Amino acid sequence: MDNFITRRRRHELMVAGGLLVVAIVVPLFIRDVTALNVIILSLLFAGLSQAWNILGGYCGQISLGHALYFGMGSYVSTLLYVHGAIPPSIGMFAGAAVGGLAALLVGWPCFRLSGHYYAIATVVVGEIGYLLFLNWDYVGGATGVYIPIAKPSLLNLQFGKDKLPYLYVVLAFCAATWLAAWLIEGSRWGYAWRAVKDDMVAARSLGVNIFSSKMAAAAISGAFTGLGGAIYGLYVGYIDPDSVMAGHFSILIALPAVLGGVGTLWGPILGAALLIPMKELSSSYLGGSGRGVDLMLYGAMIVVVALAQPQGVVSLFRRRAHGPA
Amino acid sequence: MTLETILQVAAGGLLMGLIYALVAAGLSLIFGLMDVVNFAHGELMMLAMYAVFVIWDASGLDPMLQLPLVAALLFGTGMVIYRGLIARALSVQFNRGMVQIFVTFGLAIFIRGAAQFVWGGDFKSVNATWLAGRSWNFGGVYLPLPQLAASVVCLAAFAGLLLISRTEFGKALEATREDRDAVALIGIDRDRIFALGWGLGAGAVGIAGVMLAGFYYVGPNVGVSFALIAYVTVALGGFGSMLGALVAGLLIGEVEAFTAAVLEPSLKQIGVFAVYLGVLMFRPRGLFGKL
Repeated sequence: MDNFITRRRRHELMVAGGLLVVAIVVPLFIRDVTALNVIILSLLFAGLSQAWNILGGYCGQISLGHALYFGMGSYVSTLLYVHGAIPPSIGMFAGAAVGGLAALLVGWPCFRLSGHYYAIATVVVGEIGYLLFLNWDYVGGATGVYIPIAKPSLLNLQFGKDKLPYLYVVLAFCAATWLAAWLIEGSRWGYAWRAVKDDMVAARSLGVNIFSSKMAAAAISGAFTGLGGAIYGLYVGYIDPDSVMAGHFSILIALPAVLGGVGTLWGPILGAALLIPMKELSSSYLGGSGRGVDLMLYGAMIVVVALAQPQGVVSLFRRRAHGPA
Repeated sequence: MTLETILQVAAGGLLMGLIYALVAAGLSLIFGLMDVVNFAHGELMMLAMYAVFVIWDASGLDPMLQLPLVAALLFGTGMVIYRGLIARALSVQFNRGMVQIFVTFGLAIFIRGAAQFVWGGDFKSVNATWLAGRSWNFGGVYLPLPQLAASVVCLAAFAGLLLISRTEFGKALEATREDRDAVALIGIDRDRIFALGWGLGAGAVGIAGVMLAGFYYVGPNVGVSFALIAYVTVALGGFGSMLGALVAGLLIGEVEAFTAAVLEPSLKQIGVFAVYLGVLMFRPRGLFGKL
């Protein structure tokens, strides 16, 4: 049994390494800016959704307020740069720290709630953050903050018009979240969290501390989400509450994991590879008319995938890998 | 603040709170029955408001007279949604909770897109109604008639829902909620009860939408903020509790009105959310929740 698990985990690591090489090499041959943009956003949301998956998937706490940590991360790194002249390559880790801290502060009161009460409380906390930032002048209020254009460098994490370096930054982020999830899966924590998700009473009787398990998952999840938010802010060059903290971001962060497969290593990546290109392409080709066709497609796809593959798209692969049970 | 201002603000909160209560009642009914949170609830309200606009635009029929028609339309829409999507979402083997969240959520986005497709993104409003612009002066407290009518109708609809819960059908609803498998043994068709539950829930929010259309603009996103308030109302009152929805709706109406008056209108929701989180600290299942 142990042997089987070790072998499977080594196999997963090898697949991930192979994919990483592909993701490094293939973009070198892509010149199309739209395509690069779609790849960057897909990788970013794959990473964000993996971060969500750590709390929502492995630990079973369905958070619908991750936009808060995302927005905090991008605001902290941006404001440190604008007001404190701290370069974003350092500031983004401050963003991650604040994201993790925020997740702990939210978790402390909210983790005593269960099921729908927890989910709705996270929506509400996210909405409070959004409204506060909207009305807070120091952080730019509703007008937002522009990130001053600096000399392209790794320190500033700005690369002018060249998209490729951004792609590698986002790829590194995505790979880091995957590796974190992989490490968690094989660790004592990972087993404890899944026990919390499946059966709290049984977990407690095995000596798992429910509250601190949830808090640890939340901190890691929030920190990676904050990091992703900081990178996103740099990439788009301008942030305001609507573009980084609005409630729909919480859903967009959770969706790839849900569509791909909750609580699985590959679910968030598969889900993002499916969802983000669809969403971006339909909104750039159909959204311009302002007629809502892109929204209809997006909504219909969510419904269809959720109904057709309740365990996520990843289950298609799993069945093939193990054969009929 | 003078006493008159306080009374005025309280009256405004009361009128809005009754509408919130009815919107939340529909949501709570569906949740209590089958453990499904309908994330497209606000969109059902939006559809009702557009229906009012379309009928009014074509025929000039006053929103008040459209009430039975639009409520019936929404009742049918709710049943169709149950039969077409929710029944399927309930029958999946895995991740049932998550599937239902995202099915109703995807539906919400779809309806919003469809509304934008059909009616465009700009706001519409039904302005020439009997009640528009009229108000009662109630000992110095000013009560706009469209809002007053809306809250009276919502209260009546609420009473209607409570009456229904005392009929045979209501008992079947209650029994299905208690034990969804055992009811089949005593000849209750669970699927039919669920479909009717969706019809009632959608009809309730439809009535709120019709009355709201008399004094509120209509746009593809109008449901979003009302739905958010409705989720908070239901969680504050306790999932599945009708009385909870009424008390929480009134409480939220008042908190919102007073936060807007004392602090700033743009912060009114923060007051509501803060009270909600505060209550949940002491009552994790809401004021009247058992589930």
